[in-house]
Amino acid sequence: MNITEIIVVSLIKIVLVIVMILVAVIFLVYFERRISAWIQYRIGPNRVGWKGILQTTADVMKLLLKEDIVPSASNKTLHTLAPIIALFVAFSTYAVIPFGPDVTIFGYQVKLMVADVNIGVLYVLALTSLGVYGITFAGYSSGSKYSLLGGIRSSAQMISYEVSMGFSVAGVLLLSESLNPQKIVLAQSGWMWNAILQPIGFITFVVSAFAETNRLPFDLPEAEPELVGGYHTEYSSMKFAGFFLAEYANMIIASAMITTLYLGGWQIPYIDKLGLGVTLTTLLQVGAFFLKVIFLLFFFIWVRWSIPRFRYDQLMSLGWKVMFPLSIINIIWVACLIMIFNL
Amino acid sequence: MNLELILFIVLALIAAVSAVMVITQSHPVMSAIFLILNFFALAGLYLLLNAQFIAVVQVIVYAGAIMVLFLFVLMLLNTSSEFKVLTDKKFIKFFALLISAFVFVQLAYLIFFTKPSNAVKGNLNVSSQIGTIQNIGKELYTNYIIPFEAAGFLLLAATIGALILAKKKFE
Amino acid sequence: MYQNSTEIFQMMPFIIIGAGILLSIAVEMSIKKSELILPWFSILIFAVSAVISIAGIQQESVLFGGMIAAGGKAAIFNFIFNVGAALVVLNSVDYIKKYGTYYGEYYILVQSSVLGMMMMSGAKDIIMIFMGLELMSICFYVLAGINRKKFSANEASMKYFLLGAFATGFVIYGIALIYGTSATTKIDDIISGFNRLITNPLFVAGFIFLLIGFSFKIAAFPFHMWVPDVYQGSATTVTGLMSTTGKTAAFSVFIIILAAIFSTHSINKFTPYFAAIASLSMLYGSIVAISQDNVKRMLAYSSIAHAGYMAIGLAAGNISSESGIIFYLAAYTFMNIGAFGIVSIIEGENDTQLGISSYAGLGNRNPVLAAFMALFMFALAGIPPLAGFFGKYYVFIGAIEGGLTWLAVIGVISSVISVYFYLRVVVYMYFREPQEEIKIYSDNLSLSAVVVSGLLVIIFGLFPDTLLNLITSALIR
Repeated sequence: MNITEIIVVSLIKIVLVIVMILVAVIFLVYFERRISAWIQYRIGPNRVGWKGILQTTADVMKLLLKEDIVPSASNKTLHTLAPIIALFVAFSTYAVIPFGPDVTIFGYQVKLMVADVNIGVLYVLALTSLGVYGITFAGYSSGSKYSLLGGIRSSAQMISYEVSMGFSVAGVLLLSESLNPQKIVLAQSGWMWNAILQPIGFITFVVSAFAETNRLPFDLPEAEPELVGGYHTEYSSMKFAGFFLAEYANMIIASAMITTLYLGGWQIPYIDKLGLGVTLTTLLQVGAFFLKVIFLLFFFIWVRWSIPRFRYDQLMSLGWKVMFPLSIINIIWVACLIMIFNL
Repeated sequence: MNLELILFIVLALIAAVSAVMVITQSHPVMSAIFLILNFFALAGLYLLLNAQFIAVVQVIVYAGAIMVLFLFVLMLLNTSSEFKVLTDKKFIKFFALLISAFVFVQLAYLIFFTKPSNAVKGNLNVSSQIGTIQNIGKELYTNYIIPFEAAGFLLLAATIGALILAKKKFE
Repeated sequence: MYQNSTEIFQMMPFIIIGAGILLSIAVEMSIKKSELILPWFSILIFAVSAVISIAGIQQESVLFGGMIAAGGKAAIFNFIFNVGAALVVLNSVDYIKKYGTYYGEYYILVQSSVLGMMMMSGAKDIIMIFMGLELMSICFYVLAGINRKKFSANEASMKYFLLGAFATGFVIYGIALIYGTSATTKIDDIISGFNRLITNPLFVAGFIFLLIGFSFKIAAFPFHMWVPDVYQGSATTVTGLMSTTGKTAAFSVFIIILAAIFSTHSINKFTPYFAAIASLSMLYGSIVAISQDNVKRMLAYSSIAHAGYMAIGLAAGNISSESGIIFYLAAYTFMNIGAFGIVSIIEGENDTQLGISSYAGLGNRNPVLAAFMALFMFALAGIPPLAGFFGKYYVFIGAIEGGLTWLAVIGVISSVISVYFYLRVVVYMYFREPQEEIKIYSDNLSLSAVVVSGLLVIIFGLFPDTLLNLITSALIR
């Protein structure tokens, strides 16, 4: 492939992924509201469209048409920059997630990921560590105490949980001997999913992922009862929609990462034994990836509506005194596995 | 004009301009933000040199952790703008100028009067692979195991020290 | 990477201290009464490590792919660090009780700082020097301010940290330039190519930056600003540790990186630098110390002066001056730890009883303490036949051999000046009546530490040749 072809293929993939995420977010918000209603024995949105399925679209339209209010005490540049950073980080992370094996379309060998980066896992970690800036800037630039508190809480929280997140990933890297997401997926062939081989690391990673995405029970940055809206108290219209979008996009990326690192990615155990055709196998595998992601998204929502919010000191002691030691124990466990079984 | 050169020029320009902005901004938070931008551009330059690990660590550690803590402090202090420390102390200004001049002269000397060292002249294939994660890991755990462990003890001591100085109350 | 059993044995001091740090943390976390265990545990590991170090003196080996050396001169340095730290810990037990601020972290940090010093003295790679320097310095920054309730301790910690960080900046910049010009961080490679590299002005600049950075750490004259306040503000036992073993560690780095000059196959381009800081430190330290009424502050200025005497040896740059420096360091470590030990015994709560007037009449009230204080003062002043005299003597001999007689003369002059303020303490102890009621806390542990250091000072003074021969043989090998 020459340069133009690479650029064209990449552009197509980027557009596809972005559209996919946008659509996914719209439905995710709808499903979150429906599932919460189901959990709480309510009806949920049911007016706009069939069973209320167009509710989110209507909400988005409303947000876009609203006036953009910028507080006079705010730092205007940063106030605008914050949601852009949040969105940028949320979207660019998808670049390295493989959602299927390599396929051949029209004679081209195409990888089912935007960019096949050697250090893909580190790339994701680096970008998520930047995600904190969106929230921090939002908190600072609003010129409001609630926002500032939310921003500061989130930076402390994200830095704390990044540590155990990184250490959990180290266990995965030990087993797969690569930082390339595709190779990590390939290393989990058969039943050897990392979730089974290293359950402790799986748990710490999932908990850290909850904390990194600021979802309940870790949503202290926005904690409505105490901080009004947290970092986005002073946001309205498009910018608020940006944060909203970023939050749900982050949820999807977290699910996709968990799937890739721990649940075997797009792999279906022993599917090659069935003797299906290449095309069908590939389709099934891509389907399996999305199914796993959807299950995890459901799990995210399920947890949100089941578990109350932590107190701030509980959050910190959970991060540093429980998750961090556990993730180190996980590394030792994985190292022992490798030493004993020569995995 | 290949892609690499274009990328280099763009990144280098971003790095230089943001570095200038860091010191010309009067608002500390803005300075910090431009410093983050500068770190980014540097990370990009590292990537161009095929030093992936350094690039990512630059982003994770410097931009993602250290600068967040910087901002944290700046926001809590909520300083509106910098105190003018330098205006009434001529001596300090002179000293700063002297140091900058020295660094400038030294860099100029480096660029114009020295030959590339052996490491640069050596096998490009080998040297371009040095920065990859595999190689860095291998070096860290074989040749540099002792400095690596020493760094572990260093961080341990620093953590203990920070704890003991900052802990709120002792019974 | 296969290591044979001798090498493992030589590595033992590092392993013991490293494992000791981790064990101490576990003890501190899990046992309530850790203050009864930790000091003795620290002394135990220091003692074992010292004995093993000195046992390996006959054989120098380079370990772990040329990163670190054990045995030889590193063994002597390790011995100084470990024994010094053990004495300081012994000294601290009662001192900490007096201030009512016990933190188990104190002992952990002392152990960590010793580990850093050992890395510096054994370094075979500039990275190790830097790691050791940082490990030691960070522990010292914290130890200086460990008495958090005291304002002066906070000030000391802050000042030490800021200026220390500044010095580290110099060191790291120098290292960058050295690496850039020599394309290696291995000290052996730098030394073997020293004659070629020295013609490169950037290499010289980097080297001078490195020297300036470590001049901060030895507290030599133009870089001494932090010394008086930090030494005065820190806990006395901590001051004893950082003024002696910390200085020794910094000098060990000088000796390592200047090895090319010491082995005389290279001209000493840095003589003017060292001669300048040596003469200025000696004179400045001695003259300013005269006007100090606070004994801790007086010892701080005397520490600057002593850095000057030792720097004479660096200026001379030959093998006899090098062994002279090491001898001086050993002697200085024990006499200063002894002196600070006595200061810590006499010191009352909240920085009281530090002035020289508190020592008035000590000769009658507590003859043992007074006798040892007199011993240390005589030793510091360099009066024969105590260890301090021979330290100065060997360094001056080295200077004269190196053609720097004028520097030796300045050293003698400043020694004569320094006799005034050292003897002033002695005069107060024996010939002045006490003006105020001085309460001296009886503590046998500190006293035993003082006695041990006093004995070492006397032994070094009585048999200087034995020690010097040991050092020289370790250096030549």
